[in-house]
Amino acid sequence: MNITRRKFIQSLSLASGSLLLFPACGGSQKSVWRFLTTEEAETIIALAEQIIPGDQDPGATDAGVINFIDKQLVGFYSNFQETYRNGIAALNQYCHEKFSQPFEKLEWNRQTEVLKLMEKNSIEGEYWKENPASRFFRMIRDHSMQGFYGSPRHGGNRDYVSYKMIRIDFPHIIGQNRYASRCETLNAFAK
Amino acid sequence: MTNSHVNAVVIGAGAGGGPVAKELATNGLSVVLFERGGWAKYDDHNDDELISQRTTVLGNAFGPHRDKHWRIFVDHRSGKETLVYPHEGAYNNNAACVGSGTVSYGAMAWRFMPQDFRMKTIYGHVEGSTLEDWPISYEDLEPYYEKAEWEIGVSGQDPQNPFVPERKKHLPMPPFEFNREGKMLYEAAQRRGWHPFPIPMLRNSIPYNGRPACYRMRTCVSFACPVNAKCGTHNTVIPVALASGNCELRINCQVAEIMMNDQGKATGIKYFDENGKGQIQTADLVVVSGSATETARLLLNSKSKLFPNGAGNNFDWVGRNLQGHAYTGAVGLFDRDLYDDVGPGACVAISDFNHGNDGIIGGGMMANEFFRLPYLFTNQRPPGSPSWGKDHKDFHRQNYKRVMSVKGPCQEIPNFEARITVDPKVKDYWGLPVGKLMGTRHPADRKVCEFVADRCEEWLIEAGAYRVWKEIGGGAGLSGGQHQAGTCRMGNDKQTSVTNKLGQLHEIENVFVADGSLMVTNGGFNPALTIMALGFYVGDQIVKLWKGTHLKL
Ligand SMILES: Cc1cc2nc3c(=O)[nH]c(=O)nc-3n(C[C@H](O)[C@H](O)[C@H](O)COP(=O)(O)OP(=O)(O)OC[C@H]3O[C@@H](n4cnc5c(N)ncnc54)[C@H](O)[C@@H]3O)c2cc1C
Repeated sequence: MNITRRKFIQSLSLASGSLLLFPACGGSQKSVWRFLTTEEAETIIALAEQIIPGDQDPGATDAGVINFIDKQLVGFYSNFQETYRNGIAALNQYCHEKFSQPFEKLEWNRQTEVLKLMEKNSIEGEYWKENPASRFFRMIRDHSMQGFYGSPRHGGNRDYVSYKMIRIDFPHIIGQNRYASRCETLNAFAK
Repeated sequence: MTNSHVNAVVIGAGAGGGPVAKELATNGLSVVLFERGGWAKYDDHNDDELISQRTTVLGNAFGPHRDKHWRIFVDHRSGKETLVYPHEGAYNNNAACVGSGTVSYGAMAWRFMPQDFRMKTIYGHVEGSTLEDWPISYEDLEPYYEKAEWEIGVSGQDPQNPFVPERKKHLPMPPFEFNREGKMLYEAAQRRGWHPFPIPMLRNSIPYNGRPACYRMRTCVSFACPVNAKCGTHNTVIPVALASGNCELRINCQVAEIMMNDQGKATGIKYFDENGKGQIQTADLVVVSGSATETARLLLNSKSKLFPNGAGNNFDWVGRNLQGHAYTGAVGLFDRDLYDDVGPGACVAISDFNHGNDGIIGGGMMANEFFRLPYLFTNQRPPGSPSWGKDHKDFHRQNYKRVMSVKGPCQEIPNFEARITVDPKVKDYWGLPVGKLMGTRHPADRKVCEFVADRCEEWLIEAGAYRVWKEIGGGAGLSGGQHQAGTCRMGNDKQTSVTNKLGQLHEIENVFVADGSLMVTNGGFNPALTIMALGFYVGDQIVKLWKGTHLKL
């Protein structure tokens, strides 16, 4: 038997039954994002800002972490599309049932409480029984950190805000010949 | 079109394969050097942590690519099998490009100690392990270490290290100056009565070999060098091999199997070229230098009448004894900035706790860590402190330049069940059975790691850290990764090893191995210089056996 990667991924998602939830909703407004709906993006912006809040230095929202996540969801992280879509839906379902509002509309401290529940894997909901909330939380946390602390060419870290915060120089400019060829690669990433 | 017959095929243009190709080609053999990756360029992945060879969250900058390469990883507790990709830890990747790991490595250039070749004699039999002596000694390998140091290029000054093995010739370049944390650690180690010294590095501290000196920037370990001051096989021995006129390098070619005749001799190899087309290359002899995981996989995938379980595998030793290093150490917090962002970062080491420790098998050298990477640093914090939110951000902001880490590669005790085999049910992009990793470390490793972590902690406290926490390696789980070794060990007994002491398969006279697979044990040091030395050594053995058109046996 020759398992190709795609087949393997399909068999994984079939096995976990999560395909049932898959193509959820298109969203009411036309989205400006590549993969996310406007509503999903709102939720992720709020999640990421909790993870890296703005203070005297910019936080996740100002650094464009949402742009990083959305860009990677149609790129290297396309295999996480379903996890994002279903996880966000389940999170907002919980917030609606408990507080009659989506996550992003909750006040700051309440949002923090919800995230702590997810981190500890103790948030209620049918969906989380099969799909541990702590794992979903770690994924969002890691991707937010990547968007904030990674190279701007992947869509986040706008204006090198995190590098400025930790006081490292960027970019290194290494003589004109390097700079010229660098432009080509940067252009390729700017899609 | 058929490829014309050559004397030798070398599979893999990495740390071991480069020197072999150079030795054969410059001694008049016609060679084709195969590499599954291509030439790596700094500019493709310049200051980009997320696609580098360390933080691989968005891919491996220096290969292999996840669209073509994957493996099965078997969890040792549950037995559950998972398909894993090169950017995931469980894949145990090193690299895949011309030069392989030597393009993006940290470039520490260690000679093993004489004791590392005689582990069984020194420490005796360890229950549940396959701990053994090498069939060659440090003295046998010494001239080849010297070749590696001069032909590839090492800077350093060992005499400051009283534990350094004897050498005949000094290193070609002076050591790097310490950066700020290096100075602090050097003084702290001296206060403790230890013997700190500058780390030998496969880097130009001065212009050498037609390439410029290092200019101490940040993108260093896990990146290619922007000014070509790091010395790998891609910018030294491989160009020399090509310049000889006797060596052709074929990149983006995946070697599929070694072809065997019914007399038990190899006749050449089958490979897929860069367009995915199957091709044949016949040769008088074959050298496999694909790294400990891929060399074993290739031998196991080369089944023939006399070798139904894979080339050289009639005693089931191919792929066994997979080892890496149990990295262990400590992290310290300081009350002022000490990180000056001066690459390569790692600069000071001690070898005081490598052998000679009461009740401990082996040990490891200890050194300060390479430069910080901003995303990787998000995982470095005192145990129990938050991993997100305002407090985490504060920690990151305040301490990015106030944290120092020392660690060391502890020598692992090999065991028979830690292995790579092949999974006939799961095929890669070309339809070749993928590698399947299974087993665990030997339990004795943990004790070594605890011991070394305690010493790292002492070192940081002496240097002035106000808070220190340990990161102890060597837990259960498989090892391998960038320091993978041991899967085709050399030995004198064909029933308990794969090659003889020349690196020649016991059972197939014209197939040789020259990479980390040969290593019986992996030392308490990063392995690349030893692998390069083995490449020169095996190359030299082949040249000595070579009689114009065939091997004299
Ligand atoms: C980020 C990083 C940092 C490191 N730092 C250090 C350090 O400071 N010091 C140190 O000593 N070591 C370091 N290493 C480890 C070092 O690079 C390895 O130990 C060394 O490269 C292993 O040598 P090898 O010859 O066994 O295999 P490799 O060097 O991996 O060479 C194997 C080559 O064979 C090719 N290949 C495999 N199978 C096939 C096939 N079927 N067909 C065609 N080609 C094939 C591979 O693509 C690869 O290029 C580091 C590695 C990395 C990635």
